[in-house]
Amino acid sequence: MAVTSSDTSSNHLVARLRSIAGDGHVITQEHQLRTYESDGLLQYRASPRAVVLPGSAQEVQQVVAACHEAEIPWVARGAGSGLSGGALPVEEGVLIALTRMRRILDVNLDDARVTVEPGVTNIEVSNAVGPTYTYPPDPSSQIVCSIGGNVAENAGGAHCFKYGFTTNYVTGLEVVLPDGEMMWLGGPELDPAGLDLTGTFVGSEGTLGVATKAILRVVPAPEAVRTLVAFFGSPPHAGEVVSGIVSAGIVPAAIEMMDNLSIQAAEGATNAGYPTDAGAALVVELDGREDECEERFDAIVSLCREAEADSIRVARDEAERALIWKTRKAAFAAMGRISPNYFVQDSVIPRTRLAEVLGRIDELADEHELRVANVFHAGDGNLHPLVLYDGHKEGEPERAEELAGLIVKACVEAGGSITGEHGVGVDKKRYMPSQFEEPDLAAFQRLRCAFDPDGRANPGKVMPTPRLCGEVPGPYRRHPLEEAGLAERM
Amino acid sequence: MKEVEALASAGESGTPVRFVGSGSKLHWGVPGDDGVQRISTAGRDRLLEHNEGDLTAIVEAGLPLSRAQEAFGEHDQELLLDPPDPSGRATLGGVIASGDSGPLRTRYGGPRDLVLGVQVALSDGQTARAGGKVIKNVAGYDLSKLYTGSLGSLGLILELSLRLHPKPPSTATAAGGTTDPDVLATAALELTKAPLEARCLDLRFGGGDGALLARFGGATPRAGADAAAKLMERSRLEVSFVEEDDEIWARQRDGQRSPGGLAVRVSTLPSRFRDLMTHCQDAGARLVARAGLGLAWVTYEARAPQEAAEAIRDLRRTMDPAPCAVLDAPDEVRALVDPWPRPADGPLALMRRVKQRFDPAGVCRPSLA
Repeated sequence: MAVTSSDTSSNHLVARLRSIAGDGHVITQEHQLRTYESDGLLQYRASPRAVVLPGSAQEVQQVVAACHEAEIPWVARGAGSGLSGGALPVEEGVLIALTRMRRILDVNLDDARVTVEPGVTNIEVSNAVGPTYTYPPDPSSQIVCSIGGNVAENAGGAHCFKYGFTTNYVTGLEVVLPDGEMMWLGGPELDPAGLDLTGTFVGSEGTLGVATKAILRVVPAPEAVRTLVAFFGSPPHAGEVVSGIVSAGIVPAAIEMMDNLSIQAAEGATNAGYPTDAGAALVVELDGREDECEERFDAIVSLCREAEADSIRVARDEAERALIWKTRKAAFAAMGRISPNYFVQDSVIPRTRLAEVLGRIDELADEHELRVANVFHAGDGNLHPLVLYDGHKEGEPERAEELAGLIVKACVEAGGSITGEHGVGVDKKRYMPSQFEEPDLAAFQRLRCAFDPDGRANPGKVMPTPRLCGEVPGPYRRHPLEEAGLAERM
Repeated sequence: MKEVEALASAGESGTPVRFVGSGSKLHWGVPGDDGVQRISTAGRDRLLEHNEGDLTAIVEAGLPLSRAQEAFGEHDQELLLDPPDPSGRATLGGVIASGDSGPLRTRYGGPRDLVLGVQVALSDGQTARAGGKVIKNVAGYDLSKLYTGSLGSLGLILELSLRLHPKPPSTATAAGGTTDPDVLATAALELTKAPLEARCLDLRFGGGDGALLARFGGATPRAGADAAAKLMERSRLEVSFVEEDDEIWARQRDGQRSPGGLAVRVSTLPSRFRDLMTHCQDAGARLVARAGLGLAWVTYEARAPQEAAEAIRDLRRTMDPAPCAVLDAPDEVRALVDPWPRPADGPLALMRRVKQRFDPAGVCRPSLA
């Protein structure tokens, strides 16, 4: 086999990686690389040249610096549970897996701050400060997903209607920029000096650099939690109750909805005793001070009754509450019970457009002769339409993909977003132009170029088309040709 | 849009510009930093959308905060932003660009947490949007955070998309007083650790007197105040209840400013309030702080410029590494100390690279480069 110069340089890089992280922490064997070829979204696969598992921030810094020197792209990966292909490796690039960096470095409850390495899982943060404190962002994958991934994706979860997202809980990040420079953005304090680069970095999907430490804000755990599930004839019917709750001035910790297909699938998985003929299940959870919770919870039960809920189940203890959540969180995974394959979407709509958009989704599903299950965060309008299909039936995957795309567009047209919490990654980048115009995308690219002028951090993600960074423009001066009216810049 | 054109032509000619809303915070920063040209948002003051059912709004940057709150209030909603606004004319663009905040920051976060989207104009004539108008959205980079608190250094904010919250029908406040800074600091820490979900949780200290203030809304404000009062009593504070509590919270906001004197914002942590109180005692200064957040405003009465500058230097030494931003101060004092806290070299260089990309002409408040 001919040895090309690029083989030589990448062999050289692999040797560098081994000297940085140790032989046992660099993977190049094809069968071992396979573990890393996808994240949680299995339809995209790519095998990197090498996987490196650094054990410290310094090692990450050296790895990134080595990639910079070798002019080789890299992708950072946490637990690999993401649902947008955001951690999809780049072929001939390096995958930096942060799973070995799992230390909780500092817990400071006086100031409500926890400092962690990026491989620490979401649930471990809450466990480290519980039971008196909690870390509010709670993606469904919280048992496995890592804080580094949460930071990259600005992870949300069921409770973000009241508590907000990852970005509201990150005060500081130690990062390695794509040129190998390491620095702190922000710190334990709010309102640090200068621009809010911490807030800018969170949710940047690994394209601005890699976080090697995160300082997180935690909050006192609520005194009381009350949870119910109510069943209705249809999602729009349940949606009216959601509107009623919101207009009564109540901010529940979570408001979740499942449609009939989701109820069927989830019930099959958990045997919670949900009526499988119900049109919609509405989960409402309130938390806070005991007295406030009681008063508000009674109001919510009344609203459900007034709306003529078919039935209402109030969790009487923690076990019953856990079952309600288990059933809700099982909905995705349980889809396999009713359909061999499915596409998950993550679109957001203004909550008041719910009935209209769900009607449109039904129409589109009928036109495509496919079923769409809906399980969603009803409080903030974050839908998770699951387009069900059979990959073995000819033409069905293509039809399903087309339908998924049309659903995303319908949500954007209703004033929404292509993604509420899963991120753009590779999966949704083609939809970016439906939400943003060219000058908006160009502004995103300005930011990217300030952090990563060579485009080596997680290339091929987020932006719909590859772009290069020009030189930093000097003060704008009209070109002589422009002066003469012979050329225009744009 | 004439503001966009004005910025583009300033960019073309290399003329430094300052963006102006009501002008209430124009004096923040280095003296003489007025720009050669001012671009005003005064003509852009419409409330473009108030989506009551979605608890969101889209506003033009020149809309005064007070007018926006009136409109939201008609639907029992509010924007949880209450920075000091003595003239009642502070614009939303100015409040967001300056990152200013008030006591309401305790409950649902500050300006950075409430902005859902921005539209901005850049010095090369481009305009761009980021974010959206839904409360949950991770598509594209979060440029709203980049522009919040950017002080006009990256371009002009034209429009803002904002998250609103329901406004409680009534509020109640528990106030716990003491003259002992140790007692106050300990009580503040105890209260921040309790799961009270106070709407506001502040402390004030100065002139030999201090107090911890906990304000509650929701359905049961008095029950919340009672719960806070119990903890305050246990921490040896002298407790009183205030049902008509607007006045004491207006005083907290006033305490973040010092017209004619000095006002410094200190971004620290709750566990360091005790050190801050010692500084205030020694320097004859007053303190207003968000007890759970670690944000504090220290105010000093007017004094000779050298003495004022020394007080600021002492504050920075005492509170290091907490960033201290000088807000109110006479020009003579600003000439002696850097009003802005300085980022570390690494992030500062990165901020400069960001500025070069977003303000390629280098005309947007060049003093912040």
